[in-house]
Amino acid sequence: MTSPIISAIEKKQMRSDIPDFRVGDTVRVHVNIKEGDKERIQVYEGAVIRRSGGSSRESFTVRKISYGVGVERTFPVHSPKIAKIEVVVLGNVRRAKLYYLRDLRGKAARIKSVRTRKAFAVPVTGDAE
Amino acid sequence: MAKAIYGRKVGMTQIFTPAGDCVAVTVVKVGPCTVVRKKTAEGKDGYNALVLGFEDVRSCEYNGETVYKMNKPELGVFKAAGVDPCKSIHEVRMSSADLDKYEVGQKVNADIFVAGEVIDVIGTSKGSGFTGVMKRHNFGGAKRSHGAHEYMRHGGSIGTTSTPGRVMKNRKMAGQCGNERVTVQNLKVFSVDAEQNLILVKGSIPGANGSVVCVQDAAKSRHSL
Repeated sequence: MTSPIISAIEKKQMRSDIPDFRVGDTVRVHVNIKEGDKERIQVYEGAVIRRSGGSSRESFTVRKISYGVGVERTFPVHSPKIAKIEVVVLGNVRRAKLYYLRDLRGKAARIKSVRTRKAFAVPVTGDAE
Repeated sequence: MAKAIYGRKVGMTQIFTPAGDCVAVTVVKVGPCTVVRKKTAEGKDGYNALVLGFEDVRSCEYNGETVYKMNKPELGVFKAAGVDPCKSIHEVRMSSADLDKYEVGQKVNADIFVAGEVIDVIGTSKGSGFTGVMKRHNFGGAKRSHGAHEYMRHGGSIGTTSTPGRVMKNRKMAGQCGNERVTVQNLKVFSVDAEQNLILVKGSIPGANGSVVCVQDAAKSRHSL
């Protein structure tokens, strides 16, 4: 069991502006990238195939097909390097980890989508409200 | 060594720096330690050391008096110093100049360290019991194929025959692994929480969560701050 001291430290690290997104959703991750002393934002869009870990240590993996090659990128959910996360499509999946997508191509690799989701208490996108 | 403090390892977590980098830290809940006694080279002790007491002894009220769960000879040490009894006492060797900064009865807290300082951490490593050479000394073991059997995790030869006719000293063999005093040198203090008496150490430190550790300034560091 996590010690209350550690829980308190981790709670301080957590961001409150992260939208509720789940495995199967298509998200657009805006990442701050530093080149020398210049900073720019890169957008990475794809399907969330995994969320792992808890509290401030949580991370998620986004998979997309880039020029015919599958690319997976893992981000810490509460990283300050993430400028914004947008949820583009809500997915309807029956697995917690979508590793099976790695073996599928094209039409077969689609994820069923839903319009709304009942448990959503917070707005779908981070900046909406 | 100019300063040291005792504490208990709480556990590990990760912290994001303002730049967005993720740093693994170990949280240590330290002190408050009480200065129980000062040993001096001039006195009967013959060497300079600070005697620190760590954690309170269990006590209760009995017939209007405070009774401690400690025997009388042990209590005498604290009675002479005029401080509350501590569960354990530890010695920290230091120069007489450093020793002058402390007074008997003084509380030592986490704020003796600052973020970025280079430290050594001493703890008792997790015990694995009696283990074989592969786990204890990272031996490779033997090959699995070519008809090998009952020899997979053995250490191989332990020496020559009639010359010298014995096994050399310090030969690495199976035995007790872990549960020993381990010092990790040149770690860095990530941050200090003086309010809660927490020291966040960058990286890992020996021992299980909840075990007693000593945080002291680095003995061999060439770069401080």
